[in-house]
Amino acid sequence: MTASRTQHLVSSGGIFAIALFVAWVSFTQEPAEAFLFPRLISVFFMAFALWNFVRAVMGLSKVGEGLSGDTVKAILPGLIVILIYFFWAAKGYGKVAALEGHWLYDWVRRGLGFYTSSTIAFFTLYSIYDPTPFSDGRSWIKRVIVTTIFMAVIYGLFALLLKVQTPRGMIF
Amino acid sequence: MEFLSYFGGVFEPLAFALLVGGTIGGLILGATPGLSPTMAVALLIPFTFHLSATQGLILLGAAYTSTVAGGAVSAILLKIPGAPANIATALDGNAMARKGQGARALHLSFLSSGIGGVLGVLLLIFLTPMLAQWALAFGPSHLFWLAILGVTVIGTLDSKSFVKGLLSGCIGLWLSMIGYDDIQGAQRFIFHDALAGGIHIIAALIGIFAIPQVLDMFAKGRSKVKIEAIDVPQHAFGDSVKEIGRSARPLTIGTVIGSIVGLIPGIGGQIAGLVAYDQAKKFSPHKEKFGTGHPEGLVAAESANNAMVGPSLVPLLTLSIPGSPTAAVLLGGLLIHGIFPGSDIFDRNPEVIWTFINSMLIGQIFMVIFGIAIAKWAAKIARAPLPIMGSAVLVLALFGSYSVQQSMGDVWIMLSLGLGMYFLEKFGFSAAPVVLGLILGPIAESNFVQGSLIAGAQFDGNWAQAQYFMTGSLNLVLMALVVLSIGYSFLSHRARGRNASVKSGEVQA
Repeated sequence: MTASRTQHLVSSGGIFAIALFVAWVSFTQEPAEAFLFPRLISVFFMAFALWNFVRAVMGLSKVGEGLSGDTVKAILPGLIVILIYFFWAAKGYGKVAALEGHWLYDWVRRGLGFYTSSTIAFFTLYSIYDPTPFSDGRSWIKRVIVTTIFMAVIYGLFALLLKVQTPRGMIF
Repeated sequence: MEFLSYFGGVFEPLAFALLVGGTIGGLILGATPGLSPTMAVALLIPFTFHLSATQGLILLGAAYTSTVAGGAVSAILLKIPGAPANIATALDGNAMARKGQGARALHLSFLSSGIGGVLGVLLLIFLTPMLAQWALAFGPSHLFWLAILGVTVIGTLDSKSFVKGLLSGCIGLWLSMIGYDDIQGAQRFIFHDALAGGIHIIAALIGIFAIPQVLDMFAKGRSKVKIEAIDVPQHAFGDSVKEIGRSARPLTIGTVIGSIVGLIPGIGGQIAGLVAYDQAKKFSPHKEKFGTGHPEGLVAAESANNAMVGPSLVPLLTLSIPGSPTAAVLLGGLLIHGIFPGSDIFDRNPEVIWTFINSMLIGQIFMVIFGIAIAKWAAKIARAPLPIMGSAVLVLALFGSYSVQQSMGDVWIMLSLGLGMYFLEKFGFSAAPVVLGLILGPIAESNFVQGSLIAGAQFDGNWAQAQYFMTGSLNLVLMALVVLSIGYSFLSHRARGRNASVKSGEVQA
């Protein structure tokens, strides 16, 4: 199965736009000596990107299955969890000047901390993608046990053995 | 025979424990479908930060060796190759397992992996110092061309599309230029504070190899993947040893092809296994039995993909050009520990490098012993649920990339590159050339800058750089190899495309 022509056009067009941007930055920024190598590479980058784009326009780009609706539907819940987990829950992020100083905002901005957010993310993703029906009570017990064991191993490895200092956030 | 004096380092308690642990862990990771050796080694690198360079490399080397061999377990029992290197293994291995010869297939697989692996490491031991001596004659222009050759070879040979492979290499080279340029003191392509220090190679490796696999696991949704359970009845190990003794032809073919393929930068175990399988079939008097559960095919494929491991480190250690994607990740591990590959690597770090190479030799033997021991439980390991594996890899990716520099910037870079790579892979781009570009970019650039300075001093006029980089026999040979790798790949992709359209035309007709 290969992706549709439109999908190939969009992806190759995006890559071509990036290549153009890289070339533009390389040839306009100073000092020129620092951009000597980027200029050399950007010429080839742009040439290959243009070739790829032309092939897509002509309908010759056939490698790659693209993204089907089913794939997007399947990964979307996981992707949302991943984005919340990485960009907020693990350490906290964001700055809204108008809300600064408010205790609730300051508290929420701290995130949940590495271990709490990882536990929640692992459990949530496991539950979302576990094929066992949600109505099966025993499967929830299994998920809790697996999550607990896995996080205990992670804590043992990173906190106790490797002594990695991780952000604690609002909980742990 | 200098290497013999460094065997003691492998048997120091912690180093030995890491070798055993790395081998067992690697076998289990390799046996789990969806976890590639490259990703396993990338995820392991953060665990080596608190170890000495020797200990860290022993762990990574053990994991590299055993994940490739472990991948045979799922290839044989489930017909799901644990790694691309095990694709050819599945052809006859699974057919043997279906005939009730699963244990026999696993024994033969580990034994041939071990024999191929030992011979491959011996080649590494004897070839590396020779190549290192030869590499002493290399100047900046040669090292520049070698770095470019590494990117073009892997970009063209490891990719399904010729132009997308080269484009992937260019993307990797561009990513390597992001950050602060130490030589000129200039900022380049810094669009966010997280990029100010450039893209850390370990965070990038974890993202590029782990995140797409996590999303691929999630893409299967909540569907219950039905995996046929195959019984693995006992088989006398002594009989398997005797059978390996009678399999000299496929074993030799596999080992020779694996070693040659390993020496060529960027090709990897998948090609080694498939080419060895094909050649073993050509030279066999029982061609018709291949694909029906014939042990010769299994022995050739498995000896080839492990024979490739040792030689793939020869260009890596002497010229900084990795022989496979996993070797590229290993290069990241070397750099993290302050080991810079090059012609004088055996003068600068003899203890670290020889102990590491010796550990790979002993690791091959351990891999056979532990591989045979876990064969009983292999089927259970290979059926680990995907939602657990995906979630676990994701959490490990977060902790692993954060622990590199205790920076959330690395985590965001890791995730962004991973998501980008997932979408790029869906459109035919490959991860290996991106990584090679990222790793070889700084090598190419520093030699380009050095070469430009030398050119300015040696030659006059506007064409001084061209004169320096494009003249001299070694420069011309390397340039010819770059052109040859691109030209060969272009023609073979065209021929493949033509064959495919002829076949589809036949189907339509």
